[in-house]
Amino acid sequence: MTNAMLAISDTQLATNVLFYTLAAGVALSALAVVLSRNIVRTALFLLFTLGGVAGLYFLLNAEFLAAVQLVVYAGGTLILIIFGVMLTSKAPGMKFEPKAIEVLVAAITGTIMLVALLAGIISTRGYAGHPAEIVRQPLDWGTSQYPVSDLGQALLGDYLLPFELASVLLLVVMIGAAFLAKGRRRRSGREDKV
Amino acid sequence: MIWACAISSSPALPLADGLGQTLVFKDLLGWTAAPWWAKLAWDLAVIAGVFGGLLSVIAMFCIWWERKVAGHMQCRPGPNRVGPIGIFQSAADGLKLMLKEDLLPKDADKWMFRFAPYMAFAPVFAAFVVLPFGPEFVFEPRLAVGIFYILAVLSVEIMGVIMAGWASNSKWAIYGAMREACQMVSYEIPLGISIIVGVMAAGTLNMVRLGNLQAGGIHTWLIFRNPFTFAAFFAYFVASLASNKRAPFDLPESESELVAGFHTEYSGLRFSFFFFAEYAAMFVVGGIQATLFLGAWNDPFGIIGYFHAKFADGNHDLQLLVLNAVASGIFVTKAMVIIFAQMWMRWTLPRPRIDQVLYACVKVLLPLSCCLLLGASLWGLVVGSRAGVPWVDYQPFSWADWRAVPVALATQIILVLIGLGGLTAIALWVGYAFITGRNLKQRLTDPADIISRIDQTGPVIT
Amino acid sequence: MTLTLATVCIPPVGLYHYLILAAFVFVCGLLTILLKRNAIGILMGVELILNAANINLAAFNRYAHGGLPGFPSLDGQVFALFVIVLAAAEAAIALAIFLNFYNNIASIDVERGKELRG
Repeated sequence: MTNAMLAISDTQLATNVLFYTLAAGVALSALAVVLSRNIVRTALFLLFTLGGVAGLYFLLNAEFLAAVQLVVYAGGTLILIIFGVMLTSKAPGMKFEPKAIEVLVAAITGTIMLVALLAGIISTRGYAGHPAEIVRQPLDWGTSQYPVSDLGQALLGDYLLPFELASVLLLVVMIGAAFLAKGRRRRSGREDKV
Repeated sequence: MIWACAISSSPALPLADGLGQTLVFKDLLGWTAAPWWAKLAWDLAVIAGVFGGLLSVIAMFCIWWERKVAGHMQCRPGPNRVGPIGIFQSAADGLKLMLKEDLLPKDADKWMFRFAPYMAFAPVFAAFVVLPFGPEFVFEPRLAVGIFYILAVLSVEIMGVIMAGWASNSKWAIYGAMREACQMVSYEIPLGISIIVGVMAAGTLNMVRLGNLQAGGIHTWLIFRNPFTFAAFFAYFVASLASNKRAPFDLPESESELVAGFHTEYSGLRFSFFFFAEYAAMFVVGGIQATLFLGAWNDPFGIIGYFHAKFADGNHDLQLLVLNAVASGIFVTKAMVIIFAQMWMRWTLPRPRIDQVLYACVKVLLPLSCCLLLGASLWGLVVGSRAGVPWVDYQPFSWADWRAVPVALATQIILVLIGLGGLTAIALWVGYAFITGRNLKQRLTDPADIISRIDQTGPVIT
Repeated sequence: MTLTLATVCIPPVGLYHYLILAAFVFVCGLLTILLKRNAIGILMGVELILNAANINLAAFNRYAHGGLPGFPSLDGQVFALFVIVLAAAEAAIALAIFLNFYNNIASIDVERGKELRG
């Protein structure tokens, strides 16, 4: 089954194989996040999902985004989540069992949501009015020679306002988190003295 | 590696090309006519053979070298029984580790325990894909975010360490894992900012282009580009020590406090994975410093850059291959010098407490790196620099090409003199100590000699 | 078998493939939020949902945006960058809140949050 027989190019074959591998990884890891009972294992499967999504970003020519996803999400947010898990669990492997009725309601909601999303996706019209247009010939808008430079200019040019707002938001979040992490203990100490 | 394949499969970016996929070596290897499975097999063979082999050789060499350096810095000879100067000690250690019993703690999470060493090792191995061993000896040269990619995959290693600590279900391991996560995540910020300072001076994240920009001789190396990059090199060195869990920041595996930190419960081959990961990470970090600050594969006189500009026109493939081999040797040497500096720090400095480590990060290194970032941006605006690739866009040794930016050239030359002066001072000092120290102390090498001297002089040996 | 595999695998991977994958991850995140009783598990579900949205954004950036051919636009990537930044900020605050919750009630089970006492 060579690609000469299938009449597709090397690039397309590699893209297809990589997409299906990464997509399978992401989908299975996401499913494992839902089904896993042990919270630390859930975090591990979330790591695989985030790593798979980073691989998909590389496939989509969004290299900077993929690296940011790995640094911030997998190497920052997930570590924070793991810290939270370690600090709030009394023993490794604490299990919470949801009730049967909750599982049923969740399954129904999930199925309805999935069907609605898939129906919405498949029935969307493309630019030329035909949905097949986008799938058969993926539009290739071309890639720039300096993608990171373009991204930097976009962030400080067209998207300057959201950039500055995001930095203000991060400052607010830092102050809020520091306050939340410190506030209670001092108050309880003062109450004891009174 | 799967990401590297992803990038090769995306529409080709017209940046520098890589081994086998380039115009340069196509005639030597007959690349473009090869079917897809041959290219994939070649890629896998290069990764398994070259990178795997290089990694193993580096790790084994570093294990022996570390023990020798430790020994000599402590006035003892280090391993000298197995092989001529103990050179086969690493092989003996490896054999011992392979023959040990594979233990699994009783209440440990079995799958996570088994999986953690690979999760600690794989990201470091993935970082080898973009290390520029030579101008054409880069596995994936088209990655536009080269240095950032290495930073990204190295931050996934933290999860492997945490998983190892958690899955061991042991107090020491969990303490080690939490300390390590805290430390590595905190030090990633000054690490990233120091890299940004270097990248701002260069104007690109691509590893091959970074190497090409420094091809004009020692005065074009990025460390000497402006005083802020000079300081950023040392800030990055300190932050990378913490990021590698190397002393003086080796609390996660602090041998005298926590038994062995996060890998307490690991034995045998699984433990050797963590060791390999540590030495591989040291090499990768040394590689980053060499690429970003110390001129990647270039020699201090610009010879490699000169010949590369001459040979890169498609007719001199064999000479280009030889040039790349020489360049790889230079790159590996530079990384090894950084590794030696890391080992030197380990066996000289004492270990601070965890709160002192975090103090050093948040209250010393972070403000310092922010000031460096500010200074570097202002420097770029006020003074400017000579842009372009040496030997290709301008001649690095001709005054006519530097006339437009005299202040930049003056700063670079002054910094080169400072740097070389510092190195010479250190070399003279070490030489002086070596020469005068030979006569002062008699080195104790033979156990019988030690015992006989104790019998003669009592328990204290003068 | 190979024929069905071939008919599925031959068409070039396009926008729809990514959208369907993102829909699946979104539904997984939704189920995680509904099914987990551990508060941090719920946070992980939120992260899955945000990742699904990011996959959508990156896929639209690559395959279908309103720019002219030959002039790549970066709207999707910038949007996804901001989503990642905001997700990290929100995870930090959420964890601070959960730690306070744990300090007060000595359990991370959200079912225990029904009481308005304390």
